[in-house]
Amino acid sequence: MSQLWEVFVRGRRGLSHVHAGSLHAADAEMALRNARDVYTRRGEGVSIWVVPSSEIWASTPDEKDPFFDPSADKVYRHPTFYTLPEEVRQM
Amino acid sequence: MSAKNAAGTTDPMPLFTYALRLGDDALILAQRLSEWASRAPEIEEDIALTNIALDLLGQARALLDYAGVVEGAGRDEDDLAYLRTEREFYNVHLVEQENGDFAHTIARQLFFSTYQLSLYEELISSRDELLAGVAAKGVKEAAYHNDHATQWTIRLGDGTDESHSRMQAAVDRLWPYTAELFEADDVEKSLAAQGVAVDPSTLRSRWGLTIAEVFSSAMLTIPQIPWASHGGRRGVHTEGFGYLLAEMQYLHRTHPGAAW
Repeated sequence: MSQLWEVFVRGRRGLSHVHAGSLHAADAEMALRNARDVYTRRGEGVSIWVVPSSEIWASTPDEKDPFFDPSADKVYRHPTFYTLPEEVRQM
Repeated sequence: MSAKNAAGTTDPMPLFTYALRLGDDALILAQRLSEWASRAPEIEEDIALTNIALDLLGQARALLDYAGVVEGAGRDEDDLAYLRTEREFYNVHLVEQENGDFAHTIARQLFFSTYQLSLYEELISSRDELLAGVAAKGVKEAAYHNDHATQWTIRLGDGTDESHSRMQAAVDRLWPYTAELFEADDVEKSLAAQGVAVDPSTLRSRWGLTIAEVFSSAMLTIPQIPWASHGGRRGVHTEGFGYLLAEMQYLHRTHPGAAW
């Protein structure tokens, strides 16, 4: 029986894996192969992770306010009070 | 340069024939696999099979284009793919066999990709630059095709009772078409002697070992069938081939030179 897998692809060295989408597969090995065919056919990736969708715990829309709202008014948490030197990239 | 072909007649252009044989194998299997588009058991598999078809089509284009250059009669890859008749195709019978159920398609893929992978691994050292180039690019593709077919063979063979019996039935049905992969006539032998081609008969024992290994993981039995199908290499084909060509060539023959 097929189960649902979430696919994470790393575009190139130095970057993180990014969620690319999901797919069906019978087991992890087949999920990796399917992910290769579905998400990296056009040279998008150098590394793939697959995770059973059932293993992912997600925040719910109901929890949106307590989860995310309090962060909106703490401006001091954002590094916006100084200018970034030209030489610094990928921030 | 001349050599006796499978029909026993002298072939004035063995390299032309050889490039067609390899190119036609890839082209016809690509055509069969593309019949799965929109019909595979899962959308993921739909993409996988058509992806493999596209790899094979790329190999076919390079080989047919080269055959046209070698022939020197001004035929290009399209002329060779779309305007030859049934008797002018030199692919093995295995690749033209109908898709059947998914197990049949996987068995055909397993048998062919195991052969093609070892062929390309050897052909990389060809003295012919184009053949060596096609092999160098194709070897990575064939390795993936082989892995895909192997994984499925093991899962179906060692899966449920139903999947096991279907996988064994597919293997039994297609087994008689595997011997032809390793037949060599003077075309291959003369070119192999010059370091241009690979004599396919030298690939057989390794193929047998690999298949036996996969079958053992997949709980499948190697069929004992003395009969073997022959004739593709000299243009004699099985019943389904005419229908395949009719579909493949229809558009080009109806609207010559049609472009997207």
